[in-house]
Amino acid sequence: MSWIAIGALADIPQRGARCIETPEGRFAVFRTGDDRVFAIDDRCPHKGGPLSQGIVHGASVTCPLHNWVISLETGRAEGADVGCVRTLPVKVEEGRLYVDFSARAEQAA
Amino acid sequence: MTEKLVIIGNGMAPGRMLEHLLDAAPGRYEVTIFNAEPRVNYDRIMLSPVLSGEKDYEQIIIHGDGWYIKNGITLYKGHKVTAIDRVAKTVTSEHGVAAPYDKLVIATGSVPLILPVPGNELPGVLSYRDLDDVKAMLLAAQSRAKAVVIGGGLLGLEAAAGLQARDMDVTVLHLMPTLMERQLDPVAGYMLQRELEGRGIQIITKAQTKAILGTRYVEGVALEDGRVIEARLVVMAAGIRPNAWIGREAGLAVNRGILVDDTMRTSDPDIIALGECAEVGGHVYGLVAPLYEMARVAAAHLTGDASARFIHNDTPTKLKVTGIDLFSLGDFADGDDREEIVLRDAAAGVYKRLVLKENRIIGTVLYGETADGAWFNDLRKRQADISDLRDTLIFGQAYQGGAPLDPMAAVAALPDDAEICGCNGVCKGKIVSTIAAKGLTSLDDVRAHTKASASCGSCTGLVEQVMKLTLGDAYNPAAVQPMCACTPLGHDDVRRLIKAKSLKTIHAVMQELEWKTSCGCAKCRPALNYYLVCDWPGEYADDYQSRFINERAHANIQKDGTYSVVPRMWGGVTSAKELRAIADVVDKFAIPTVKVTGGQRIDMLGIKKEDLPAVWSDLGKAGFVSGHAYAKGLRTVKTCVGTDWCRFGTQDSTGLGIRIEKFMWGSWTPAKVKMAVSGCPRNCAEATCKDVGVVCVDSGYEIHFAGAAGLDIKGTEVLGLVKTEDEALEVIVALVQMYREQARYLERIYKWTKRVGVEEIRRQVLDDAERRRAFYERFVYSQKFAQVDPWSERVSGLHKHEFRPLDAVGMAQAAE
Repeated sequence: MSWIAIGALADIPQRGARCIETPEGRFAVFRTGDDRVFAIDDRCPHKGGPLSQGIVHGASVTCPLHNWVISLETGRAEGADVGCVRTLPVKVEEGRLYVDFSARAEQAA
Repeated sequence: MTEKLVIIGNGMAPGRMLEHLLDAAPGRYEVTIFNAEPRVNYDRIMLSPVLSGEKDYEQIIIHGDGWYIKNGITLYKGHKVTAIDRVAKTVTSEHGVAAPYDKLVIATGSVPLILPVPGNELPGVLSYRDLDDVKAMLLAAQSRAKAVVIGGGLLGLEAAAGLQARDMDVTVLHLMPTLMERQLDPVAGYMLQRELEGRGIQIITKAQTKAILGTRYVEGVALEDGRVIEARLVVMAAGIRPNAWIGREAGLAVNRGILVDDTMRTSDPDIIALGECAEVGGHVYGLVAPLYEMARVAAAHLTGDASARFIHNDTPTKLKVTGIDLFSLGDFADGDDREEIVLRDAAAGVYKRLVLKENRIIGTVLYGETADGAWFNDLRKRQADISDLRDTLIFGQAYQGGAPLDPMAAVAALPDDAEICGCNGVCKGKIVSTIAAKGLTSLDDVRAHTKASASCGSCTGLVEQVMKLTLGDAYNPAAVQPMCACTPLGHDDVRRLIKAKSLKTIHAVMQELEWKTSCGCAKCRPALNYYLVCDWPGEYADDYQSRFINERAHANIQKDGTYSVVPRMWGGVTSAKELRAIADVVDKFAIPTVKVTGGQRIDMLGIKKEDLPAVWSDLGKAGFVSGHAYAKGLRTVKTCVGTDWCRFGTQDSTGLGIRIEKFMWGSWTPAKVKMAVSGCPRNCAEATCKDVGVVCVDSGYEIHFAGAAGLDIKGTEVLGLVKTEDEALEVIVALVQMYREQARYLERIYKWTKRVGVEEIRRQVLDDAERRRAFYERFVYSQKFAQVDPWSERVSGLHKHEFRPLDAVGMAQAAE
């Protein structure tokens, strides 16, 4: 594992998200109402809508374009819709956020 | 020949009697009613919900004016009868109207007990009997001042809860050691006291009132023990007594009430008395069920059925305070010949007590969980021997016979003669047979035909279960569509409860209304946020994370994740300076598309989110503010050039459009609101397909609303014609405020209108000047907090995080 610092938990509002630009594209880092943190692709599997702009509820986000609901934990679409986005390991230590690309790099290699 | 029937009083008992009379013998009597109150017959049981804000007066009317006209009944409103001449057989009102009678019905109700203490006539001392009392209390409640309610019985506690719901600081003074001691045992009384205290109502028991203090207006209440409680409003709810003076004046036999036999006849065979003013078999009554029974008996005798008799029956008591479940019935005093079964669950706030005598239930007190009240009452009425059920009796009907039954099965198991509606004495069999005979399918139908759940409404759940049993799948109670999967409540119920329970945060709504999810979903959160913004202007802090992205970013998201920006152009009018500023912004930020919109604005499309604050900053320097093209709020007011330029223009349509837009911009609404003002009936601004439109004519301004030209196409309805611009503005603002307060989130004006009716809207905002003014003023107040330009706020740094990425991770880092 190699953790990369990306900012502070306090930089993301509760029930909100912010983006990180990476060589693998844009990821959305979510903070839930109970301060859990998730990072997933900022592209809805439906029509590529920016998930970071959606409404966060529980551990899910509703896409702003056509209301697909994506699970932040699994990256899968919930309900009747079928689709999945990439997830990225993310952790909080002393209020700082870290993500880990090593799993992704291995996949790419 | 028709006989003349005169009725003194127009409360619920004579109203019910007339219904029976008109059913059994229409046309037999020529009916004249004298009502001391200046209004029609309304449901007095529902005064408490009116006081607390859960219902309007209009919703509790039993017989509207049309009913009297249709049935040929003469109703003198505001006429108090001052004399009965039994020899000439006439009655005379205080305004000098005299009416001859063949049969006379006295139904004068009751009067409140006013404590004989000094100061009891000071202004600010009220009783709690009729709509005028409620209106006076509501007026006093506007001051948010301190109130004292004297009397901790049913009426007093409902008054206290209602005033508290209206933000008054309420103290209840009760003479006895525990609340509602006539209906509750000390334990339940104590639990009730704790619950009410938990809600912020102060309760002083064993409080003997010595005097009401004050010089010109009430200032407080002094107790015998020396304490003084400050108050600007004192409500006397210490009891009622029959209003029997007219009977006494007329020489009828009177004890506590006007004495009647079990056929409701007084000592004069041509005079009947019923309701709270009557005394029968040593009892006087204050609950509606026996009063309705009197009405039935009286009507039977008036239509020649001599067999009907009034029989005394204990009536269950329920407290109508939202969130408090309480049921009491029969005799629950301790005694050597009695046994009791008690269940307590302090944590859940449940207390149940059954009082038994010779293995039969004689009394019941239920607190916190009252669903089995009807079943216990049924066992009591049938004097059923409960020896076999004894071990599990207290757990209720669901636990009889092994496995717990579901509530439907419990209702299915009730016998046909089990009482479902206590107020109206309607049993299960009656509901089932009426549904079948009349082909009823909705709750309103059942209420109309059987009266079940038509009075206090607390048996509504039971009635619905009976309907479901009878109709099976044909009954769809979900005519109320839940807001979303997080709650079974519909939008209207949620809106009502937000007001009634003073819920002022999303968290409070979810907690109090028992949301099934921890923080809602993308459907309910924006709706709740809107309802709270609308209902508590200046108090509620907008929950930014509960808004759709467009309202969070104050721009319109496009399919590729970029945004479009529409600055406000008042009335669609612009200038060279504004156009130059827009051109400069387009060049500077390389904005790919510029387009003119249908609402007479300029739209810049394809702007990166990160650029939004800088775009707004440049636009702001040229004097632009947000055009709210993204908002569930006022969008645009489209205009034509009117009298400024047009040879046909009749009024200054451009000026009026700009005036409306400047007055109303920034307001949030359930769904977007688009308006237009046309200067003549040629209607170049296309006002007749807008949410709200004005068509100017020579004689003034024709106000239109409820048009649509999107998914649906619909011409507008005409609300009415007004003469001046000021009037036009007031009516439009009131209309939009009514829509803001009453519509469901995302419901456009035309859909809302279809649901509530053009007539109803016209009545509230056009015909009723007082109500219109109140709508208008509430809108003006809320604009104080809404008219802030969101773009300049964000240019100054608000919600900076929204427009910037958190971080960028380089290739080298990611590859490590």
